[in-house]
Amino acid sequence: MNTTDLPATNVAGLADWRDYFALLKPRVMTLVVFSAACAMAVAPGHIHPVIGFVAMLCVAVGAGAAGALNQWYEADIDALMKRTANRPLPAGRIERSDALGFGVLFAAGSVAIMGIAVNWLAAAILAVSILFYVLVYTVGLKRRTPQNIVIGGAAGAFPPLIGWAAVTGDISALPVLLFALIFLWTPPHFWALALFMEADYSKAGVPMLPVTDGPVVTRRQILLYTLVLVPVSLLPWALGLTGWIYGGTAAVFGLGFIACAVAVWRNTATLAADMAPEKRMFRFSLLYLFMLFAALVVDHWVLPWNA
Amino acid sequence: MTEKQTEAFIAARKSRNRALGLVLGALAVLFFAITVVKFVT
Repeated sequence: MNTTDLPATNVAGLADWRDYFALLKPRVMTLVVFSAACAMAVAPGHIHPVIGFVAMLCVAVGAGAAGALNQWYEADIDALMKRTANRPLPAGRIERSDALGFGVLFAAGSVAIMGIAVNWLAAAILAVSILFYVLVYTVGLKRRTPQNIVIGGAAGAFPPLIGWAAVTGDISALPVLLFALIFLWTPPHFWALALFMEADYSKAGVPMLPVTDGPVVTRRQILLYTLVLVPVSLLPWALGLTGWIYGGTAAVFGLGFIACAVAVWRNTATLAADMAPEKRMFRFSLLYLFMLFAALVVDHWVLPWNA
Repeated sequence: MTEKQTEAFIAARKSRNRALGLVLGALAVLFFAITVVKFVT
């Protein structure tokens, strides 16, 4: 029987394992694990494959726990948005207290295992990233300021630091630049989404930039952040920390990202149906980040460099 | 609860219990592997 067929008031206790898995936001987790794994792959030194696997598992579970706690706190606004209304909490399939316990248990477990099995610096950064996402972004910023995803973007930028620290036990310039890359990538990525989902955010009362300042300001901000992002993405190559494969990929895809941002900036549409440039930019932003991190690993494997 | 809802409740509980069992089993294997690696190195 499909539990989603039942009215919300009758479905508590009918959650199966897929609902708990959905609490972990597996799609978000994919990019988090990928960026941490790439940083781990290029970090100097050696990590035992089992310990490396444990580190990635802890990153995945920690990110999932943060996602679960985010959904626990945001169940009320998730219920108002079409995109999130069928999540397990707003749909009533999981009790809020169960989601809270699930999130806290997974968060504490992932940090503890990371500390015991890998090292305590990686565990500390994982703990900071979870707390930052839940307390600073979800509780502190999201409902209060249109700068929510600018500052909150730091939460998603921690994984390369964790992957690097898991191998080396310290932090150096390259992982900090990778942190900056994701941090600056987040606003254009989310604002492109927020432009064509503006009605949803507006209905839920979330002060995303398109809701508070309108599409013109948002499009200008997307372009400005992109123009800062692309030079920063080239810094690892310019500083001699990577080779030309990464540098070339960052340059080519950076130009593509700027082209997308210019198309968004030139668009005057106010209806989501007419926002093809915004949808294209959102999709391209995912490809952009994936390609840059993949190029970093290929660069490290093909060219002789020691970061 | 109707009979249909009771059946759904039992099926969902079984699904959760199986997943929990698998997770606990995987954790036991994981801790064993970590112990072996730490002990050897």
